[in-house]
Amino acid sequence: MTDPKLSLRDLRITFGPRTVVDLDHLELGSGEILGLAGESGSGKSITALAVLGLASTLGARVEGSVRLDDEELVGAPESRLREIRGSRIAMIFQSPVSSLDPLLRIGELFERTLRLHGDGKHEAAERAAAALREVLLSPDLLERYPHELSGGQAQRIAIAMALALRSEVLLADEPTSALDVTVQAEILDLLRRVREERGMSVLFISHDLAVVAELCDRVAVMQLGRIVEEGPTARVLGEPEDDYTKRLVASVPKIGVRA
Amino acid sequence: MSRVPSYPDIESREEVLAPPGRLRSVPGVIRRNPLLAVGAAMCIAIFLVAVLAPLIATYPEDAGSATHPLQTLEPPSALHYFGTDQVGRDVFSRVVFGARISPLIAVLVLAISVLIGVPLGIAAGYFGGAVDEVISRVTDVFLAFPALLLALAFAAVMEPSITNTVIAISITWWPWYTRIVRGQAASVTGRPFVESAKATGVPHRTILLRHILPNSITPIIVQVSLDVGGVILTASALSFLGLGAQDPTPDWGLMVSQGQAYFTTQWWLVTFPGAAIFLTAVAFNLLGDGLRDVLDPRRVLTTR
Repeated sequence: MTDPKLSLRDLRITFGPRTVVDLDHLELGSGEILGLAGESGSGKSITALAVLGLASTLGARVEGSVRLDDEELVGAPESRLREIRGSRIAMIFQSPVSSLDPLLRIGELFERTLRLHGDGKHEAAERAAAALREVLLSPDLLERYPHELSGGQAQRIAIAMALALRSEVLLADEPTSALDVTVQAEILDLLRRVREERGMSVLFISHDLAVVAELCDRVAVMQLGRIVEEGPTARVLGEPEDDYTKRLVASVPKIGVRA
Repeated sequence: MSRVPSYPDIESREEVLAPPGRLRSVPGVIRRNPLLAVGAAMCIAIFLVAVLAPLIATYPEDAGSATHPLQTLEPPSALHYFGTDQVGRDVFSRVVFGARISPLIAVLVLAISVLIGVPLGIAAGYFGGAVDEVISRVTDVFLAFPALLLALAFAAVMEPSITNTVIAISITWWPWYTRIVRGQAASVTGRPFVESAKATGVPHRTILLRHILPNSITPIIVQVSLDVGGVILTASALSFLGLGAQDPTPDWGLMVSQGQAYFTTQWWLVTFPGAAIFLTAVAFNLLGDGLRDVLDPRRVLTTR
């Protein structure tokens, strides 16, 4: 691997006296899809929020280092972090429809967000339409309100936003967990395509090992805020070394195999 | 975009969702929301009566200090549509001129209360923590006093006048709005689209103004429209106790208070100004209800 796009080192996230994340080392390569797997409460989502400098808004304390290329993000001024959010690191969430403001048409949301990051009005409209086409949606959807979208469409729109903003890193926090299986497959396909065509790096957070196995190049398994095992997906999920990973892998139901 | 795979089922899914046939034109709004149209029409009518009062009133001078000792307490007739009061003034003319006072008091009080209460509530709900504590405790202190007593206390230390009535009532009114908005804003703040906005670099100020405020404002619109009648009556209570608008002023609330003594025998003294208060309250109610529907995109779709 060449220089990592995003690297986390000695990252500690604490809520008062409780340490929820204590992470030695995690790197996301350029154009890589890294899975971050683990059960609920293992610290996956708060880690992603910490990358964006948003963990503190939930009352958490973040220590250690988060580097994007060569820039340190922990302790960076809020104004700098705001520039980075969206334009260099984008995030998509588990509940795609409720992640969109119900009172804003999709087009307005794109216009505001793109103008916030420096596009002109006209440029923003064109870029939004292009991004929607890129995620295989009709630009007509820009006229819609969020409640007029399906979950799959809304998640595509969230990804389109990252594309329109030319983000280099996508933090995907359980992006397919709320979708049914066929739509889930479409979104995974889209993420793969985004990586190939745009060279976007994706941190894919999921508790669903089947999905991780299908999508990710590498996987890091998280338990109680620590990374217990990390490596190429096939190796980690095929021949797990750590006890916790073994149990996690064993918990995935297999078709045709009786427990 | 060289090889774009196509998903046949996407097209079909888009067809399932009907195209948004939203009507934003004025006739469209009226057709979808007749009550809003009625409410708006009534509010405009009240406004016109207020503006054109000297032309509509049959005895404009009766709105002032004129008295007619020889024609007191006459029942409604062709000469005096709403009868005359205890000093012989034409009740119709006074009700017409009252459109310049009572609705104005209500609108001013509610505007001031919203301007103070809503920003405080939004800030408390969104920022939480110490900001919330300070704002909420101050609000609690104001709410701990019975509203009318507090208004009385403020009105008592000031000169009785309409301006001071407005100030006294506003002081007791805003904390309710702060409390309503605070709860609403706190719940909106917890919704995923706010986190999503933060994650795209939207600054606090923009989140507050563009996301939290529009999503928290609906209950306030409803509450304000319900409060119009309440403010007019509170103002009349102050007048009744000699702390608000004073006698020659044709304030509806004051007219109702003064007419109470004659209610059993001279019903018209209370009934007509009372009906004016009622119609004003209904007008703003319909307007508020209709606005809520128009401002919520989901509701517009489901009404048909």
